[in-house]
Amino acid sequence: MAKPKIATTSLAGCFGCHMSLLDIDERILELVELVEFDKSPVDDIKNFTGRCAIGLVEGGCCNEHNVDVLREFRRHCDILISVGDCATMGGIPALRNTVPLRECLDEAFVNGPSVHNPDGKYPDDPEIPLILDKVYPAHEVVKIDYFLPGCPPTADTLWEALVALLNDKPVELPYQLVKYD
Amino acid sequence: MAEILEEAAIREICQAHDCNRARLLDIARAVHKKCGYISGHAMNLIADELSTHRVEVESLVSFYSFLSDKPRGRIVIRLCNDIIDQMNGAQLVGRAFSEELGIDFGRTASDGAITLEHTACIGMCDQAPAALINDVVVTNLSSDKAREIVRELRQHTDPQRLVKHLGDGNNAHELVNSMVQNNVRLPGPSIFSPVNRGEALRKALVMSPAEVIRAIKTARLRGRGGAGFPTGMKWEFARAAPGDRKFVFCNADEGEPGTFKDRAILTERADRVFAGMTIAGYAIGASEGILYLRGEYAYLRPFLEHVLQKRREDGLLGDDIFAAEREPAPPKPAGERDVHRRPGTAGRRPFSFDIRIQMGAGAYVCGEETALINSCEGMRGDPRNRPPFPAQEGFLGCPTVVNNVETLCCAAKILEEGPATFNQYGSEQSSGTKLLSISGDCRRPGIYEVSFGIELSEVLEMCGARDAIAVQVGGASGEMVAPDQYDRTICFDDLCTGGAIMVFGPGRNVLEIARSFMDFFVEESCGYCTPCRVGNVLLRERLEKILDAKGEPADLEYLEALCRTIKTGSRCGLGQTSANPVLTTLKNFRKVYEVMVQEDREGLKRSFDLQRAVAEAEELCGRESIHNHV
Repeated sequence: MAKPKIATTSLAGCFGCHMSLLDIDERILELVELVEFDKSPVDDIKNFTGRCAIGLVEGGCCNEHNVDVLREFRRHCDILISVGDCATMGGIPALRNTVPLRECLDEAFVNGPSVHNPDGKYPDDPEIPLILDKVYPAHEVVKIDYFLPGCPPTADTLWEALVALLNDKPVELPYQLVKYD
Repeated sequence: MAEILEEAAIREICQAHDCNRARLLDIARAVHKKCGYISGHAMNLIADELSTHRVEVESLVSFYSFLSDKPRGRIVIRLCNDIIDQMNGAQLVGRAFSEELGIDFGRTASDGAITLEHTACIGMCDQAPAALINDVVVTNLSSDKAREIVRELRQHTDPQRLVKHLGDGNNAHELVNSMVQNNVRLPGPSIFSPVNRGEALRKALVMSPAEVIRAIKTARLRGRGGAGFPTGMKWEFARAAPGDRKFVFCNADEGEPGTFKDRAILTERADRVFAGMTIAGYAIGASEGILYLRGEYAYLRPFLEHVLQKRREDGLLGDDIFAAEREPAPPKPAGERDVHRRPGTAGRRPFSFDIRIQMGAGAYVCGEETALINSCEGMRGDPRNRPPFPAQEGFLGCPTVVNNVETLCCAAKILEEGPATFNQYGSEQSSGTKLLSISGDCRRPGIYEVSFGIELSEVLEMCGARDAIAVQVGGASGEMVAPDQYDRTICFDDLCTGGAIMVFGPGRNVLEIARSFMDFFVEESCGYCTPCRVGNVLLRERLEKILDAKGEPADLEYLEALCRTIKTGSRCGLGQTSANPVLTTLKNFRKVYEVMVQEDREGLKRSFDLQRAVAEAEELCGRESIHNHV
């Protein structure tokens, strides 16, 4: 039987959650025995090659590209997991949600202390995805099946959750793995 | 010059209240009346006179909706916007007010004369739409009347002159002078029976306090405000609590939307309420009582003060009540009848009791007993932690009994005619009668005194609402009942209510109604605890999402879970019941929700609108989203 496939992505995140995944150390060898990676920065596969059992989403949606990727993940994955606080709640990027968009862009591209932008225009290359009015957590854009809290969730949290799901067991993480206080 | 005069006036107001910090609410109300608002400077002055901090004054002013820290018109029009008023056309009336004044709600006309505001239920659902114009109640409004009112006010600036026809009963009393109608459709054997003035109190004073409490217990009287706590037990706790100074509070902060029974009791049977308070005072060993009257009922105050004064003059209140009967009476001229003289009261110890009226200032949460006590102490109406319960530690730390207006009426009636007469109505667990205030889509809205245990269907028959599609029992915090449950009964074990019955006829949307109730709770939450302050907003948001046809089945589970959190996590009765509109409609009207929610086949969220989310960036960056070309 073919190994189940896993896809991962980092949207409006910092790749910290992916780093945490790598933090499972030598268990990564076990993981490769268990699964095959599909679209993911881990193996640099850019497009889905088929249906995946699990999709791990890091980060929320701050621009329209994020929305596209997230929707694609939803269409291709049986189980979609919000990994980390940005995917779950918006996290640090969502700090801008209380600031009007124009002020954000002005600070970033016009008025910022280290900005040199004599004509005062925002970058407008069509390759640059348009920014959303605010940062949305993943579950406000698509249906999410599981949430793994943490900034980032520890390697053990990720490992336990993945192993449980891959073995058709209920995801019942011990309190120590999901408490952050 | 004007400033100096105003300063003197504010200091005078403080001194008239003995610069007593506990009277801050009264002082703030008086200053507000004098100056039209409470400026920062006035706050400083008050704080200075009361030897307290300005923040205490500011915090109080910001809490009560009838107090403002910004200049307002000499005339404030407060249009009631509860669901029943909305159903009766409050929106049209509001638009008429708004157009005629040329201002939006929350604004003051440019000449500074008139301010226009919305307010929560003012206890006039049976004659909706209604509004408060300063203290004057205007009822049965229409857009034409609204325009007429504005024109008249511009001419004579006297709200009282808007009252052209007086209401029935004591509403026409010269000290009430109101167009409010009692609408007592069914006077029953207890509350609205004729008052035999002084009788209940006389009988109580013949007994020992313990016997009085026993009589209340034998009658199995339970609180009429909605919670149904056994009154006798409450009195007993207060009696047993240590302390020389104790208090009796009458809770006339009738704020539960759809409730207006206390309005009629206070208008028609104030004597009975005060007798009940005096009896409670005798039973628990208190000599001071406070009637907490909601700000919306300020028009009743002069009349109630008059009733109190009359009781003092007749020896039914004040120092040494029934003194003449306790001691040998001085010889009277022949022919003069001494109505108070009866055998039996001689030999008891003197009993003194007096009552003062504390005005509220527009805060629903003050109906919660500990919030009410805080309010009387001149603080924000935030509820307190319990225990200690007020019966142990209440007003000023003293044992305090807080009873509903109707409960005290019942207590007086029990003493008047004995527990057995009271008991013959109602059921084992719910004895006596209950006042229902019925409003909404029915032909005969008003007040009905019924025996506990009456079926809801019978109530609907009575008020002319056979085609009701839903009935909200117990006000906003109560239960929405569906037609297949109209055989349920009004009593403490089934449909428990402080009296509010709101009837909804064909064509009404229960979700819209629930949303309107959530608007109310979001507005009235005191904000102290997070489950209530935040939870109610989230509930409303999700409800709106469903109403916008953007909901998904998972939203119903979310609502249920959130309701449970708010219910169990909140600090006082407001939060513990605020989720009920959602919870009970989810339970009894599940189908209405289910047709509104839908799962997306691809697992996308229907509530997420990409086009709207990028619209601003499109404008700022001057190019279109790539999604527009897909």
